[in-house]
Amino acid sequence: MSEYVLRLIGISKFFGGVKALQNVHLEVKRGEIHALLGENGAGKSTLMKILSGVYQPDAGEIEIEGNEAHFSSPQEARKAGIGIIFQEFSLVPYLTVAQNIFLGRELKTKIGTLDNKKMCSLAADHLQDLGVQIDPKTVVNQLSIAQQQFIEITKAVTDDLKILILDEPTATLTPNEVKQLFLLMRRLQKRGVSMVFISHHIDDVFEIADRVTCLRDGQYIGTKEVRDVSTDQLIQMMVGRTVSQKFPPKSTYETILQRPLCLEASLSRGKDYQEQKITLHKGEILGLSGLVGSGRTELIRALIGAEKTNDKQVLVDGKEVKINSPYDALHFGIGYVPEDRKTQGVILPFSILDNTVLNTLTKTAKFHGIWVNQKKNKENCEKQRRELSIKTPSVQQKVRNLSGGNQQKVVIAKWLTTDCHILIFDEPTRGIDVGAKAEIYELLRELVKKNVSIILISSELPEIIGLSDRVLVMRSDKIVAELIGDAINSEEIMRYATGGKTNG
Amino acid sequence: MAEEKKETKIKIVKEGAFFLKALKGRPEAFTIIAFIVLSVFMSIISDTFFSLSNINNILRQVSVNAIISVGMTMVILTGGIDLSVGPVMALSSTFMAGAMINGIPVFPSVLIGLATGLAFGFLNGVLISYVKQPAFIVTLAMMEIARGIALLYTGGYPLSGLPSSFGFVGKGRLLGIQVPVIIMLITYIIAFFLLNRFVFGRYVYAIGGNQEATRLSGIKVKKYMMIVYVISGFTAALSSVILTSRLMSGQPNAGSGFELDAIAAVVLGGTDMSGGRGHIFGTLLGVLMLGVLNNGLNLMGVSPYMQRVVKGIIILAAIYISSNKEKK
Repeated sequence: MSEYVLRLIGISKFFGGVKALQNVHLEVKRGEIHALLGENGAGKSTLMKILSGVYQPDAGEIEIEGNEAHFSSPQEARKAGIGIIFQEFSLVPYLTVAQNIFLGRELKTKIGTLDNKKMCSLAADHLQDLGVQIDPKTVVNQLSIAQQQFIEITKAVTDDLKILILDEPTATLTPNEVKQLFLLMRRLQKRGVSMVFISHHIDDVFEIADRVTCLRDGQYIGTKEVRDVSTDQLIQMMVGRTVSQKFPPKSTYETILQRPLCLEASLSRGKDYQEQKITLHKGEILGLSGLVGSGRTELIRALIGAEKTNDKQVLVDGKEVKINSPYDALHFGIGYVPEDRKTQGVILPFSILDNTVLNTLTKTAKFHGIWVNQKKNKENCEKQRRELSIKTPSVQQKVRNLSGGNQQKVVIAKWLTTDCHILIFDEPTRGIDVGAKAEIYELLRELVKKNVSIILISSELPEIIGLSDRVLVMRSDKIVAELIGDAINSEEIMRYATGGKTNG
Repeated sequence: MAEEKKETKIKIVKEGAFFLKALKGRPEAFTIIAFIVLSVFMSIISDTFFSLSNINNILRQVSVNAIISVGMTMVILTGGIDLSVGPVMALSSTFMAGAMINGIPVFPSVLIGLATGLAFGFLNGVLISYVKQPAFIVTLAMMEIARGIALLYTGGYPLSGLPSSFGFVGKGRLLGIQVPVIIMLITYIIAFFLLNRFVFGRYVYAIGGNQEATRLSGIKVKKYMMIVYVISGFTAALSSVILTSRLMSGQPNAGSGFELDAIAAVVLGGTDMSGGRGHIFGTLLGVLMLGVLNNGLNLMGVSPYMQRVVKGIIILAAIYISSNKEKK
């Protein structure tokens, strides 16, 4: 028998022209907990989707216990003994724990009805075996996130399970729940189940994993024994690159800090109502960094009134303002380019023109703001189209037919036609091509030259580092650090974002 | 001579091709073609169909459904639905008639009827956009409430004995055109401008196209969503004025199934049930198509029961064909 229960050798995967994975290796020993570490977008999830049969690799091999394997569907991977717990649970909320565990493989009595009794008692045994103390008759939506996760795991653990993949299982758990999860994982380990544990919380890796493999930008960086590495080494492996030179030059931070504040906000939201403070100087790009799920978008949505807050105080240009809805935010000159272009940014069945002028309709309209002024709107839209070089034969083109980059430019154009002097960009370059990215970077710098102030949320560290004059780092719904000047580097940001111990 | 004929032939073919090309990909294409085919077919087999009096007849018959469908179009464009229009219409009819019977002059009585529609529209709107309840359920409940009040108020019997001057609205003519038809056309023209020239209309389409994006763009989505239900209540009441005048009585049982006719007309007119796409004149076309179908089947002597079956099949065919186009 091979020492490795699982080997992924030279896996590559392309989506269109974009390389998601290039020549990636992952070797998991029998009964080990193997951490897979990497930034957002490093390719961890893609790799796991290949392993679980959701995607097929363009190159490379998968070996299970020394035998080559090909999975064309998640069912086949399941049959080969690979179970996966995704971040989004696949439990049916209105069914009981037992019904969920036996979903799709229900036990029947002789006359063909459901054998609820037997399923319940088997589920109870099963849960007991794994040390999960939940009544199988509980309805799933009554359970906490952690408990639901345990049910997911219980469901995945069958006799033939060889490898269990956990995709960021700790992301939404409290420290206490994380401890319980680790206990459960240890128990599984004793039963001989190998686990791949995906996380970007470095603490978790030291706590639970035996070995760690690091990915960066879809490339394999290395595999280490956890006891042989330090936090700094791991961070280095995760981010270890110098920021490329494609970013336009920044303002010098000393002068930025002397400029007047255009926005002072303090708001409390989230679990513990702790007050968070954001300040923004005129003509500054403020980076808001942190891991996915650290509460950056939620904080900003609360700021612009798109979500309810417990308590909020906002000063724009030193004057206190009440912002209860995005309408108010627009009124006070705050614009928000949302994270999810298709569901929050553009109106797909609308033309470029109609999208771009949507929130300036009343401003340009005739007869006290009721009669659409199409001529003026068209002028405004054509101006934005030229300045942002939106590639389209006509502004009458439906936004549905545009590329991601051009759709994003339309959303930005919508806000540039307003007089907003504070613009918030949430993941402005997600899913768009390199060329359009560079254009957006240039645009942000040009905007601040025109005295527009910008808050930039991004999960891409180089973007935050390359663009921000000042950076706030968030972790678990809290702003945990403010970085200026030379302190804006990937090691420092990741240290705060992941909660890795601070050295000094 | 022969060449000239050939040329006209080519011209007709060319224009025909152009016409088909223009129709391609339009969700209401089926309705347009079915409408034309049906009209041509009816004119061939029936002498009376293409007569002025019959056309007048059809227009007058459709006017009630046509006006209700205006509000329904706006509601559906935002991605909502209003099931309460039939009973709201009946309630407005009984209040209007009740007022007249109790000696209130015609004009204020009509205003009372219209106010009833506005009030129910407002209630629907508040519950849907501010209290955030699903439109289907809210308007279904309102449907029961409005019908119930109408029946309570009248004891279930029609209220007759209305002043004869009120009959002008339903039966009169202005410049040789029937008043209901005039009201219908004016309503459509106003709706056209509201939807296509007013900022309001752009917001209606935007909300149906992507409500969240519209909200995040800084538009008061709730306010505009409420307004469309108010408009729907109003157009239901407006059509009730015509109906009440034609029947010269307040009818607590009027308008049953009218919400479905209105939805059918909107869908036949190519408006997307999930909102964001559609045209007010498409709805008028859908209304006319249903009217011609009814009229034609009547002239052919088809039983009213059979007519419902045919109507259902036509609606299914229309949505099937337009959804097929969507996929490609």
